[in-house]
Amino acid sequence: MRRSLATLLVALAICAGMNLFLAQFIEEYVVQVINMVGVSIILAVSLNVINGLTGQFSLGHAGFMAIGAYVSAFFTTDLSYFNPDTAEYVTDPALVSSVWGYLGALIAGGVAAAVAGVLVGIPTLRLKGDYLAIATLGFGEIVRILITNFEKVGGANGLSGVPQFQIVLSGEGKDALALDGTFFIFSFVIICVLLSAQLQRSTFGRALIAVRENELAAEVMGIPTVRMKIFAFVYGAFFAGIAGGLFAHLLQTVTPASFTFMKSVEVVVMLVLGGLGSMTGAIVGAIVLTVLPEALRDVEQEADLPGIRMVVYSLVLILLMIFRPQGIFGQRELSLRLLRRLVPGRRISGDETPKPSEDRKGTEL
Amino acid sequence: MFLLEVTSEQIFQQALNGVSKGAVYALIAVGYTMVYGVLQLINFAHGEVYMLGAYFAYYPAKWAGYIPDEGGEKPKVPLYFIGVCILFSMAACAAIGMLIERLAYRPLRNASRLAALITAIGVSLLLQNGSQIMFGSDPKYFPRFMDRESVQLGMFDVSNTQVTIMVVAAVAMIGLHLFVQKTKPGMAMRAVSFDMRTARLMGVNVDGTIALTFAIGSIMASIGGVLIAMDQPRLTPLMGLLMGLKAFVAAVLGGIGSIPGAALGGLILGIAESVVGTWSTTYADAVAFVILILVLLVKPSGLLGKTGREKV
Repeated sequence: MRRSLATLLVALAICAGMNLFLAQFIEEYVVQVINMVGVSIILAVSLNVINGLTGQFSLGHAGFMAIGAYVSAFFTTDLSYFNPDTAEYVTDPALVSSVWGYLGALIAGGVAAAVAGVLVGIPTLRLKGDYLAIATLGFGEIVRILITNFEKVGGANGLSGVPQFQIVLSGEGKDALALDGTFFIFSFVIICVLLSAQLQRSTFGRALIAVRENELAAEVMGIPTVRMKIFAFVYGAFFAGIAGGLFAHLLQTVTPASFTFMKSVEVVVMLVLGGLGSMTGAIVGAIVLTVLPEALRDVEQEADLPGIRMVVYSLVLILLMIFRPQGIFGQRELSLRLLRRLVPGRRISGDETPKPSEDRKGTEL
Repeated sequence: MFLLEVTSEQIFQQALNGVSKGAVYALIAVGYTMVYGVLQLINFAHGEVYMLGAYFAYYPAKWAGYIPDEGGEKPKVPLYFIGVCILFSMAACAAIGMLIERLAYRPLRNASRLAALITAIGVSLLLQNGSQIMFGSDPKYFPRFMDRESVQLGMFDVSNTQVTIMVVAAVAMIGLHLFVQKTKPGMAMRAVSFDMRTARLMGVNVDGTIALTFAIGSIMASIGGVLIAMDQPRLTPLMGLLMGLKAFVAAVLGGIGSIPGAALGGLILGIAESVVGTWSTTYADAVAFVILILVLLVKPSGLLGKTGREKV
């Protein structure tokens, strides 16, 4: 416990350092992409707990993300909307305006998404495989349509003027030394990754994996499979909600169009690329698939073929499924031990890592 | 918004509009249901085949010079030409359907269903974005083959386009039903969906039958695409996404794997959407997904589907 707390503190310090470094020396566009990578990592790692560890194929992550984004932005933004009763525009000032308020708003977004996770999870988790996938897809679409019809948060136009928060360390105005979006995003990345890594190693995580491998056998062994599945759903939804909140405050605007079915697919593709069930795989997938489209954007402009990057993206996905359906890492984790093993000519004596099930063709639905 | 006064005549009128909408859902839904029947695969790319169906009917009209340049005089399109457009579209979609099966799904025949599902999503993305490059992302306008006229049906109004949609869809569905029930290739399709291995042992050409299933499903989707284009002439590369999802819901509602079920599910969905649309058009899009979740919870096998038992 004390050790993980120390790890956390060190990691937060690194985040702060990274934030200051990026703000000082790196151009804004690149910092923005790095921040997006952070949001993607939270999304991918949290979805990995549902889809990878527990084997419940969810296509509704964008729905949870939307709930988190809207709930947190609801607290931090001045809401202007049309009041049909008095027939005039009204503005409600933001409910919170401090950094602590921002953190509270993010957590509230996460909690709201988690509650939605319970509400959706209890009925739909009776379903299996592709039926579960389409039920969660339906949930995500319903969330988006409800938000589109909710005038108080801007309806189809969404919310704009979502504020950004910063912790000022010294100085004032533009030259101030301050921790901003990058720090918040990567702090949550670290919390999410450390928690998920702990979860994966714990008895609890083993129980989740047991549900994935064989639900019936897990049930027979005394694992409360339904409760396990709901837990995974709630855990994933909570962090998706947090990621949504961070996303909203990063872009300073939220629209329902950001949370379509394609967004959920995007996160699933990150998992699949890295290897479903591997947390480090999810991280690598999130990095590659957030940076790659940005890199291809330049290629697109030079070749004068708008849209070619999405074609490349989808081709990569199809070819990956045909030739390496288990993803880059399979279910293995990228670790120092694995790297050491890859160095030729050196064998570790008494290698007790269990043989990874390399020949498994992904997780069976 | 829900307090809007609506008379019962308006609701019946909307329900009638819903029938023509539902007929198109049914045409697309059979493609989902047939493919799921033989491969247990949700063919996410099917909505895109429908979109291509509409585009493939647009291009013959363009080549023949029936699409005016920007702001130009709209030439009158002879009615027989719609036949040329439909036939071209059917042939092209059948080819695309078989191509998708051959290149993307056949290599994954023995892979996990998850890998196949993700591939299907990939194919759907590929067709969407490929069409954006090929056809351009700006909307295209399908030529009008008929002047819009209203037909009085008792106390209700129906447009001649709607009547055409209903008649063509009904003929296509009955034709498909007869094909599957009465012909030898139809029997092979039923055999493969019943038990692929045994069908192969009995000498059924399984690969050919699966390709045929994709071809026929795609032809039905292309008919749906052309019919919709006659009613709503605005074509975009993204028009297949939501339509495909909804048609899939129709297939689930009717019982996936059942062709009459797809017809029934399509009609119910179309009517339900239109009736809700009397109050709010934006909420109408949510109807399909609410139905989906309710069906999955109450009767996952759908209205006319067979209940399968889970084997340990």
